Amino acid sequence: MSFLNLMKVAIRAIAANKFRSFLSMLGIIIGVAAVIIMMAIGQGSKESVRQNIQQMGTNVLTIRPGADRRGGVRRDPSEMQTLKPIDYETILKEKKFVTYVSPEVTASGQAIYGANNTTTSLYGEGIDYFDIKQWPVIKGEEFTEEDIRKSAKVCVVGKTIIDELFPDGAEPVGKMIRFKSIPFRIVGVLKPKGYNSWGMDQDNVIIAPYTTVMKRLLAQTYYSNIVCSAITEEMSNDAIDELTQILRTTHKLKDDQEDDFTIRSQQEMMETMTSTMDTITIILVVAAAFSLLVAGIGIMNIMLVSVTERTKEIGLRMSVGARGIDISNQFLIESIMISITGGIIGVIVGWTGTYVCELFALPTSIPLWSIIVSFAVCTVIGVGFGYFPAQKAANMDPIEAIRYE
Amino acid sequence: MEKKVVIELQDVRRDFIVGEETVHALRGVSFKIYEGEFVTIMGTSGSGKSTLLNQLGCLDTPTSGEYILDGTPVRKMSKSQRAKLRNRKIGFVFQNYNLLPKTTAVENVELPLMYNTRYNSRQRREAAVKALQAVGLGDRLEHKSNQMSGGQMQRVAIARALVNDPAVILADEATGNLDTHTSFEMLVLFQKLHAEGRTIIFVTHNPEIAQYSSRNIMLRDGKIREDTQNPHILSAAEALANLPKNNDE
Repeated sequence: MSFLNLMKVAIRAIAANKFRSFLSMLGIIIGVAAVIIMMAIGQGSKESVRQNIQQMGTNVLTIRPGADRRGGVRRDPSEMQTLKPIDYETILKEKKFVTYVSPEVTASGQAIYGANNTTTSLYGEGIDYFDIKQWPVIKGEEFTEEDIRKSAKVCVVGKTIIDELFPDGAEPVGKMIRFKSIPFRIVGVLKPKGYNSWGMDQDNVIIAPYTTVMKRLLAQTYYSNIVCSAITEEMSNDAIDELTQILRTTHKLKDDQEDDFTIRSQQEMMETMTSTMDTITIILVVAAAFSLLVAGIGIMNIMLVSVTERTKEIGLRMSVGARGIDISNQFLIESIMISITGGIIGVIVGWTGTYVCELFALPTSIPLWSIIVSFAVCTVIGVGFGYFPAQKAANMDPIEAIRYE
Repeated sequence: MEKKVVIELQDVRRDFIVGEETVHALRGVSFKIYEGEFVTIMGTSGSGKSTLLNQLGCLDTPTSGEYILDGTPVRKMSKSQRAKLRNRKIGFVFQNYNLLPKTTAVENVELPLMYNTRYNSRQRREAAVKALQAVGLGDRLEHKSNQMSGGQMQRVAIARALVNDPAVILADEATGNLDTHTSFEMLVLFQKLHAEGRTIIFVTHNPEIAQYSSRNIMLRDGKIREDTQNPHILSAAEALANLPKNNDE
């Protein structure tokens, strides 16, 4: 029988049992919609994480003291003091793949202005920091090389600090705030960044010259980190090799000794984050995919009922000349049509569901391939779960089938 | 002039294995049916007539012996080959009509041609309409099967058996479900088809019908007991005219 005629026969059979066909489609509809929504949420979260990290600059490299150890290994405090000014100076002198370098020291504590105070982090940085993080000052100015040389008590502040310390809207630039009893003069206000994807307020920050923080606040001679930027994102790995070489030399490490520092690229961090998101997405999608499997079994069930119910029709078709393959095609096309129609409705429901999720402020993004995959899966389900009932129909004995009551 | 042999059975045997026992349903049946014959095959239940019908209809193959349908030996054919052969050479008429439910007369009659790729949809419809006109249902083409009486449904079934212009029409108790009046209407129709030169095999347990056919084969215990030509074929049309009128509807 021609394909067009098979389609007609299938449509008629489905239409003859509308409610039953709809019920068996329902499984597919729910399954496909679930897969699409889960993928959309997964993909959406991943993209929002990626955007956040991209905002921080994808070519940023962070050198931390101590070997790369994960898990619960407690580190020797001396291990955390390996990044010294000599490292910074050598990097500055020898860098090829690195554009900007800034030592970094951190402290946390309270910032006070008048009667207002707020808990915040103080970052001691070099002037390159603003370029590395692509974080411009929108009011006032950055501190200068001169400030660093003199360990000047100046700082630039994030928007949250302003909101907390100057709730009346006074002009912050030029004001003196205190951090752990040291007065700092505000010279600039940073462009607001908002919260990052793991919920940290990136604007709750004070940035001062690293020399000031090291000498006047912490009285330490080592850096917490050194932050650099590679020329481009693609050159990150070259930059890491270069920095490793420089630091191993300055640290006088022998060939068989491990690095006593760790270099992390932002890209690597992004990969870690997105791979975590990927794992979550995969778990969600697999869960949803199981509902598709169950839906397929539902279709098989209905098709088996349909085959038994239409035994007589099968017998008739065979006696007027239908071959086994004609009969099996007829039932296969019917089950494929049920699953694909279910798939189409499922895509529409999935789309609507995704839109609703977006209304509830969940970041979503429907990957086109998820729709293509849904269709492919539906066809596979239609063929896969329709095959057994179709074979059952095709292998019927026409003599018995035609006399079946 | 020698008449063309449409059906030839050569010592056809058919055994069924039921549990431990072997049942011999056909124990060596041989006959020839020529083009244009109207043959009734009669026998009580258990005589093997259903088995014989299945053989003649290529729904089954003999255990031994050979069946030649319109020049084609059937015994060694595969299921698909037999399906194709049925499609081209045989028209079935069943006792309980076996029409597709909720389907119009034309579509029911088109069914065998759906499995014949040589017909396109226009040719299919033309052939179906012609067949329906031949059985006197030219005015009920678009009636659905559930809107028709038993006689009309059987006419549709006969039209379906005619539509592929078969070598032989096989009727299995084709009047079994119908009242006397309608049964005679069917016989009138079969006689008309016979007169037009069709080969008809009518399987029945009703001896009355044999009087309206040209030849009668009697089966008993899987063997032919009698094979007689009917020298005085009665006219079903006359019998119908003599029936009391209030028999129907």
